Amino acid sequence: MIHTDTGPQREKVAFWRVPAIRAILYQALAIGFLVVMALIIYKNTLANLAKRGIKTGFSFLTNEAGFAIGETGAMPLLQGKTLWLIAAVVLGGGVIFFLSRKMKKEGQELSDSTPLCLLAATLLIGLPGAVLWFFPGDIPTLHYSESSNYIAALATGLANTLKVSIVACVLSTILGLFVALARLSPNWLLSRLARWYVEINRNIPLLMQLFFWYFIVFQGLPSVRKSIELWGIISINNRGLFVPRPIFLAGGAPFVAAVVIALTAIWFYLRYVKRRQDSTGQQLPRMLPSLGCFIALPALSMACFGTPFSFDIPHLAGFNFKGGMTLTPEFVALVTGLTIYVSAFNAEIIRSGIESVSRGQREAAYALSFSKTESMKLIILPQSLRVIVPPMINEYLAVTKNSSLAVAIGYPDLVSVGGTILNQTGQAIEVIGIWMGVYLLLSRVISMGMNWYNAKIKLVER
Amino acid sequence: MNPAAAQKINIFIPRPNEAPPLDTAGPIGWIRQNLFNGKGNSLLTILALLFLLKTVPALLSWALFKATWVSGAACDATREGACWAFVVEKFRILMVGIYPSPHLWRPAVSFGLLATVVILTLFRLVSARTLAFLWFSLPLPLFWIINGGMGLAHVDQSLWGGLMLSMGLAVVGILFSLPLGILLALGRRSRMASVKALSIGIIELIRGVPLITILFMASVMLPLFLPKGVNINNLLRVQIGVILFSSAYIAEVIRGGLQAIPPGQMEAAVSTGLTHWQATRLVVLPQALRHVIPSIIGRCVALFKDTSLVIIVGLLDFLGMIKASTQDPEWLGYEAEAYVFCALVYWIICFSISRYGRSIEKNNAW
Repeated sequence: MIHTDTGPQREKVAFWRVPAIRAILYQALAIGFLVVMALIIYKNTLANLAKRGIKTGFSFLTNEAGFAIGETGAMPLLQGKTLWLIAAVVLGGGVIFFLSRKMKKEGQELSDSTPLCLLAATLLIGLPGAVLWFFPGDIPTLHYSESSNYIAALATGLANTLKVSIVACVLSTILGLFVALARLSPNWLLSRLARWYVEINRNIPLLMQLFFWYFIVFQGLPSVRKSIELWGIISINNRGLFVPRPIFLAGGAPFVAAVVIALTAIWFYLRYVKRRQDSTGQQLPRMLPSLGCFIALPALSMACFGTPFSFDIPHLAGFNFKGGMTLTPEFVALVTGLTIYVSAFNAEIIRSGIESVSRGQREAAYALSFSKTESMKLIILPQSLRVIVPPMINEYLAVTKNSSLAVAIGYPDLVSVGGTILNQTGQAIEVIGIWMGVYLLLSRVISMGMNWYNAKIKLVER
Repeated sequence: MNPAAAQKINIFIPRPNEAPPLDTAGPIGWIRQNLFNGKGNSLLTILALLFLLKTVPALLSWALFKATWVSGAACDATREGACWAFVVEKFRILMVGIYPSPHLWRPAVSFGLLATVVILTLFRLVSARTLAFLWFSLPLPLFWIINGGMGLAHVDQSLWGGLMLSMGLAVVGILFSLPLGILLALGRRSRMASVKALSIGIIELIRGVPLITILFMASVMLPLFLPKGVNINNLLRVQIGVILFSSAYIAEVIRGGLQAIPPGQMEAAVSTGLTHWQATRLVVLPQALRHVIPSIIGRCVALFKDTSLVIIVGLLDFLGMIKASTQDPEWLGYEAEAYVFCALVYWIICFSISRYGRSIEKNNAW
């Protein structure tokens, strides 16, 4: 018998049913739709701009701004010493980066070798320090004034955004930690109070809280003449918070250098202690030697080179305070509002992180006769950090974005300054583009940091 | 053993249990175990009690006991308590803004409609399918009643405001951003490179910038994109911004749900002869959505809080009306009352929604 059957015949499939062809078709459709939309929007925008007499492009940025900004600081100009400093940092960082890449290829970590760590410390701290110390002159700075251009205005706004975000991130983390600890405390009353703190703050919009702090609390403060004084050095009134300002004296630079050296030495010491514990199991004291070093070195510098700085204490002169440092009510209100709002979220993150470590871990630690503090420090915290850090960094990102609510209470952040420029020039597309670009860059940088940290602390699975 | 000896054996008769010592059971025991176990805890308890003693009576006396409630003439300047007459007086504009008074029944009816659907959802009175249909068809009748047309007098959108506007922006924002978010999430998981890149780009762009910049973009930039003669009013533009913003976050939530579904589900569905799209629609998505309902409810709370930002682009929502009413020259000096009322309303709404979300999460109710 002859087999004529050659197996099941493949049915002829219509070409639009082939997945590969289909995918290309869909994508072509999507891209085509997008391009057509973009073209239409582009054409409309050009026509609309022409009708309103607005020139596109970023050339307006060099025009004189002509408006005052309530909160300005000295910004480094990209000239002379600044460039040298940047070069030193880039050089040091670059060398370290390539060294660590090379080490990694050989299957080692940079921090494994003590000489390389010393080299890294010298390059990263010593090189910029040397530039600061030996290069003649001061860092050239620019202080924004009404006659500066729009670029300087936007840079000032960005600096203000960063300033308020960093301060709020640090303070909200500390406050959140305390609230989380209170929430986890066996004390019923305290944990209830902490819980209501969280529930109240999380469920009221941030903007409302900012209005509350700014319009009721800080504008309701007494006038300059009747200002509240704390310990005779801090004055609070409706023009802001007046705090002492440090003034650098001759002993200032050696003092800062001593602090940096002390910190580096402590880092090396802690590293040594950890390696010793890893290899022999012995624990050396950490706290006392570190603290001693941190106090002794700066004290030595003070003894040799004289007092590092004195304080300029604000005093009432005429109608306002003179001297010292002024924190504007806008800044204080924004920091207070952001800190309290975000601390509630941070507290929940920290609490759930600590609770995520299973009970057995703590019990096992006790069974191995770890003390309460030791089991917290060596067993619970390292494991819970893995859970806490990623959402925490998300929260920092949110703080940076939420600091843009500053515009509602008149704190001159990036959005607020940009809004003024937008009203003055009508360059909506450019200004909004700058906003989005800057915030995207900030969030990219923060999330890159997060990914790096995540990769570092990830459980090594075998 | 003779019977006489047997009688001598002591038979154990249990006595009734003694009551536990007073300091380990009952309220006193509870207080000892939870508030005064150890020196540190006792100190903390006393500090907390002192704090409560300092704040709560003062707050209560300000807000309740010494407060003025009657409407009419302004409260006297030397008052010690809150002047709730202010809130009573301003109640209308806080709720509906400057919506014309002959048509006030319309916001009331809309609120009734919304409340009906909410009650149907809370008590699960109808099936999930009907609920979804009700929620997604809700914006149409609401818009018709508030806006007018087709037999009802037209009320211009510049007259809308107050809590009505806040709720409208949030409800419409969430309802429209759900389908958009699902599309973006599916696009992000697509195997087609360009669709995937596009979805990632949109999601990351929106999530990377503050809501204010998106609102500014919608309010200032969007009119530039439109052809000549086409005009959309500020409210609608802001609503579009809110929807876009929310959909990026919803997309990430839904992506989390999609990732939780094992790939075997998709493979099994396709092997039974469903097409890829059918399998996604009928097998994968329903499971993924069920997973993420608590997170979506969390997004509802966040979005409702975020709608307060529209005040910055010139819409007078609830917070905007609160701020405007404190600046009324006839009623100056009642900021505290206004903001406390505002906080209370926001808090009640957000807290109830998040409690509902938590109960769903706990009972795995869907």
